[in-house]
Amino acid sequence: MTAQPRIWDIPGGIHPPQNKAQSTARGLEQPPLPERLILPLLQHIGNRAEPLVKPGDRVLKGQVIATASGLFSCPVHAPTSGTVSALGPAPYPHASGLAEPAIIIDSDGEDRWIEAQPVADYRSLEPLALLDRIRDAGISGLGGAGFPTAPKLAARPDHRIDTLIINGAECEPYITSDDMTMRHRAPQIVAGIEVLMHILQPAQVLIGIEDNKPEAIAAMRAAAEQHPMQVVVIPTKYPSGGEKQLIQILTGKEVPSGGLPADIGLLCHNIGTALAVHDAVLLGRPMISRITTLTGAALARPTNVKALIGTPIQDLLSFAGLRPEQLYRLVMGGPMMGFTLPDSAAPIIKTSNCLLAATHDELPPPPPALPCIRCGLCAEACPAELLPQQLHWFALGKDHDQLQRHNLFDCIECGACAYVCPSSIPLVQYFRAGKAEIRAIEQQHSRAEQSRLRFEHRQQRLQREAEQRELERQARAEKAARAKAAREAQASRQQTETSPAAAPDLARIQSRKASTLSPEQKQLKVAAATARMALQRAQKQLAANPDNTDLQAQIPKLEQAFAEAQQAFEQATAQEAP
Amino acid sequence: MSIILTAVLTLLVLALIFGAVLGYAAVRFRVEGDPIVEQINALLPQTQCGQCGHPGCKPYAEAIANGAPINKCPPGGETTIQALADLLDVEPLPLDGEHGEEKPPMVAYIREAECIGCTKCIQACPVDAILGAARQMHTVIVAECTGCDLCLEPCPVDCIDMLPLPVTIQNWRWDLPRPVTGSARGGAA
Repeated sequence: MTAQPRIWDIPGGIHPPQNKAQSTARGLEQPPLPERLILPLLQHIGNRAEPLVKPGDRVLKGQVIATASGLFSCPVHAPTSGTVSALGPAPYPHASGLAEPAIIIDSDGEDRWIEAQPVADYRSLEPLALLDRIRDAGISGLGGAGFPTAPKLAARPDHRIDTLIINGAECEPYITSDDMTMRHRAPQIVAGIEVLMHILQPAQVLIGIEDNKPEAIAAMRAAAEQHPMQVVVIPTKYPSGGEKQLIQILTGKEVPSGGLPADIGLLCHNIGTALAVHDAVLLGRPMISRITTLTGAALARPTNVKALIGTPIQDLLSFAGLRPEQLYRLVMGGPMMGFTLPDSAAPIIKTSNCLLAATHDELPPPPPALPCIRCGLCAEACPAELLPQQLHWFALGKDHDQLQRHNLFDCIECGACAYVCPSSIPLVQYFRAGKAEIRAIEQQHSRAEQSRLRFEHRQQRLQREAEQRELERQARAEKAARAKAAREAQASRQQTETSPAAAPDLARIQSRKASTLSPEQKQLKVAAATARMALQRAQKQLAANPDNTDLQAQIPKLEQAFAEAQQAFEQATAQEAP
Repeated sequence: MSIILTAVLTLLVLALIFGAVLGYAAVRFRVEGDPIVEQINALLPQTQCGQCGHPGCKPYAEAIANGAPINKCPPGGETTIQALADLLDVEPLPLDGEHGEEKPPMVAYIREAECIGCTKCIQACPVDAILGAARQMHTVIVAECTGCDLCLEPCPVDCIDMLPLPVTIQNWRWDLPRPVTGSARGGAA
């Protein structure tokens, strides 16, 4: 154990009431097995997973039920054994309250595991093989954003990672899930960090924990003692736990605007992610559960639970003794960055770190917003050194150029500005709306560009086809002209070089050509030709569709009609000839 | 006299040199196509719907460059008019209702059971967003459909509907909070 290394400060930040003690008194509890689990196919940033099961299938605990589609995606595993009862839109924990495709599993109560395949000695494996394992275990970041862990670890060759940062700061009020994870799973977390170190080979590993978690700090220090990693205690301040903020506190380096930590040789993972990596590699168990805080004054016994992913929120709330009459707002996440859940039938997903069942007094409705008085408190509180008051005006005026020029996209939506605002302006809401609109416009532009390309390609294709047709037509015309010329040449040759053998023939042709048919004969000739055409057409169709019985019946009739017409014509010419 | 002659000669020589330079530059740095048309085209929504009376967005962009009014594009709506007005430095005009109303983004949807497989809509689609073959059921590639309506008219069995783009988790967005109004200011004062 070395001395505490130097730490830096971040600009801004606030000190809201902690409210963490309520949920840490009961340790880590195991809620009862839910009867029904809802597993959304989208529990991470990226593409939806693709289901592998269908209603009626029996699944075992830990079995893959949906596979990753593309690089930025995560597979989904069955959290318990049971039967797939449905596959389709189901409640989803999102501010919009919209449904998302999900796999619904009815638990059979046996909780039977699929055979686990742990790695005996991960050090003998290539980092790429370990990455595959992490990807197949469906691990996405447990800190909040839910970025798939495997692609985050797959650092590009030009980005050498020299510092791995493990985030145990947990700065948001009420949330204690990381705290409890560290208190109860410290050795496993350290083992998980070792796996990450084997993949990344960093020069140093820093574990950042806020000083309001003495038990967690002690547990982590004890576990990390014999390992090449350092537990760094940082002062409690919101939002120290933001990725970019923690990096700044621990290393003094700032992640460039619009860049990634990997650009400056850093990588940051949550302690929960390290635990999940441990489970995946050393135990061979996919990510099917997570530690979630259940708190708020509307709960009789706020606590932390190791809940199966997909457990309906209402089940967990009743486990924690929800008093429905006191519930005023149900928030997923913390009071600063969380969102109000419209529906408690939705399940918890891989990113759900906290459920806050707040009473009216705890999270009162915000007072009506007053005009901005340009006091500048928000700019002082902003940890990203932005100018929230300016951004607010630009968002109101929908001045997207100015929003981007004032680095709206560096806003981490921590809510510190809205917290200190004396006019109670919901600043973050403006910034979220502004970001969403700019993103939508960008998307529209890229779609328009795509449409333009498709339109142009189509025009080119049509033109090409027209040219091709024109060429073919010309070729046909030429061929016909050549054939005609050849016929005429042959005819004239035959005329001039009349050989005795050919004479009768020629005489017959000439006589035919010369003989002028009477109008009736002509009519008969035309009738015979028409009948022959009809017969030939029917025969052709029959060849194409041999099963057509109508056609089969028609053929003899047509044959007869042709024979009659031909006979009539021949009779007429025969009468005339002599 | 010689001074005047010198001046005239100097100017003449200068004029010849600059003329040669300009002439060379005109050939060497010739701009292919009309750049303003490309800029206008980039602002148009590329639905290729023809509601403006031109056969596609590019022809309308060419028409605007030749002085056609900028308010004939219903899919683009006010935002496009504003952007065009900024680009061309002209007064923004209200959308010309004659060419249609501004609508939320739509996608075509083929009621597949009723489709007879005539391929008429496929030929009408300006962006090749309809998939199918003769006597086979057709379907719309939603991600490519621009909602231009051009497939509705040729369909002999009227089995195509225009539906608003469904709201999903992916395209849902936060609303702007209700702005601080003058009455709130009055109430607070």
